[in-house]
Amino acid sequence: MGDMTIRLAGYSRRIAWRPWRLAGLSLLTCVVIALVSLACGRVWLPPGEWLAGLKRGEGAIWLIVTQLRLPRVVLAAEVGGALALSGWILQQVLRNPLASPDTLGLSGGASAAVVAYLALAAGQGGAWVRPVAAIAGALLVVASVYALALRGGRVTPYRLILIGVGMGALAGAVVTLMLIVGRAELASSAYVWLVGSVYGANRADAVTLGGLLALVLLFGVPLIRYALLAPLDDALAAGIGVSVPASRLALIGVASLLAGLAIAWGGAMAFVGLFAPHLARRWVAVSGSAQALAAVAIGASVVMSADLVGRTLFLPLDLPAGIFVAAVGAPFFIGLLIRETRTS
Amino acid sequence: MTSIRADELTLGYGRKTVVEGLTLDVPDGATTVIIGGNGSGKSTLLLALGRLLVPSRGRVLLAGADIQRSPTREIARRLALLPQQPRTPEAMTVRQLVALGRHPYQSWLAQWSQRDERMVERAMQRADVADLADRVVDTLSGGQRQRVWIALAVAQDTPLLLLDEPISFLDPAHQLDVLDLLRTLNRETRKTVVMVLHDLNLAARYGDHIIGMRDGRIVAEGTPETVMTADNVRAIFDLVCRIVPDPCVGTPMCVPVGRAL
Repeated sequence: MGDMTIRLAGYSRRIAWRPWRLAGLSLLTCVVIALVSLACGRVWLPPGEWLAGLKRGEGAIWLIVTQLRLPRVVLAAEVGGALALSGWILQQVLRNPLASPDTLGLSGGASAAVVAYLALAAGQGGAWVRPVAAIAGALLVVASVYALALRGGRVTPYRLILIGVGMGALAGAVVTLMLIVGRAELASSAYVWLVGSVYGANRADAVTLGGLLALVLLFGVPLIRYALLAPLDDALAAGIGVSVPASRLALIGVASLLAGLAIAWGGAMAFVGLFAPHLARRWVAVSGSAQALAAVAIGASVVMSADLVGRTLFLPLDLPAGIFVAAVGAPFFIGLLIRETRTS
Repeated sequence: MTSIRADELTLGYGRKTVVEGLTLDVPDGATTVIIGGNGSGKSTLLLALGRLLVPSRGRVLLAGADIQRSPTREIARRLALLPQQPRTPEAMTVRQLVALGRHPYQSWLAQWSQRDERMVERAMQRADVADLADRVVDTLSGGQRQRVWIALAVAQDTPLLLLDEPISFLDPAHQLDVLDLLRTLNRETRKTVVMVLHDLNLAARYGDHIIGMRDGRIVAEGTPETVMTADNVRAIFDLVCRIVPDPCVGTPMCVPVGRAL
């Protein structure tokens, strides 16, 4: 099937059928994984049963699904989706398939800030401190990376990546230092956070993160079309009337906020921001909003599945999702690349 | 009025001055070709005409207004610029790429108006890439890709088209294809074309107006017949040559003898 054009008064779009169909499929997968996640756990609840429980609006099933599982599943989806979108934007802007929130030192900055807070302030001061520390750390690092990469009023993707990797290493050193100077019992809680976990998520977490992400997307979604222009030659983009430095800065800002928020609630959760957009690129070959949406759906699916595995396969242990994101993601990713080299 | 002119232009990168005090009037509706040796400042001049380089002194005036003080989107509706060998984005189809030429006319709401669609289809037909519309750009050959870039510039629907060495990396047959396409655009749509070329004989064959540069200054300017003399070629390139009429079209043709010592 060909393309579709939508024109309504001042609104017009060209919708390429294939990419959007693929994006739709990945969203569907995401929903299926969410439903399975709601059904699985210490107590197996077949969909029929928990739907009935939900209708009742009370009782044990209602409690398990809405108070325990749903916030956790939603938070996992939000964290995964935000990291994936952040990675997708960064890969476009930095013109590099290896770019991710980790490359720009974002995850490193957030981790360093949170671990420093846990070590120095012993996790005191209210539930809001940790997210704020994570976001502040991420933004601080990204702002210094950007400032250091500036030369003659311009930043090039190449310098951003090099300086970002350097700042990431620096942040890693801070994390190690803090783990050593901090008290021993704090180290383990810091560690769980560093690996990435949505353990103990409650409704307030899911709602707050969702609201904040929605706020960022309000600004971010209109910028998606600049993300599509980002891989163009700077001169060519400027020639068609794009203010290249401004759009680059705005996109990096949105990507940083998305990743910062996700990391604040879900921990570093390494790899999602690299792996999910990469899969989306493979799956939806043509770049566009549909590809970005597919990245979000894949990121959400990956973290939800990793959390599902972490809390069901090793009962009574409840393992951090971050372990499985990397443990399952990395071999899968490498296998994909090997298969691709063979076929091409 | 879309005329573009440079007024006492001084250009450089950092402390290095490449072009100094250059004044230039680009003739409307004609094809102007800038020639000159490596490092003569011809590409630098083109960048400044396309507002991509901020002059250290002087101004570029587009329809009478300082190009550095006008909104970039507004300029993009009057002037299209094709840089030398732009990097090819991965994973974009020809149609997507050509449609980017419509960027200066679009907003977040309106991204595919009827006019956009018409101009993109027409641009692809003109540049002869309509059959490639759904191909991914990085699978195309160099010649096809160059036509795609030109289609993008045509879709921008500007009265002025600037091109930096549009044929440098093409084989001779494709070079002529591209130049013929540009000539057709110039003749049929009265677009003003300004391009930098390395090949003197093609410059003389396709240009209405030739600008010869050396060391950041204009050495000779005028019709191919007035610019392409043995003395001028020597002054511009340090090259001794004989000028004979092109056996095909009669424009002056330079047959090199050797380097002037």
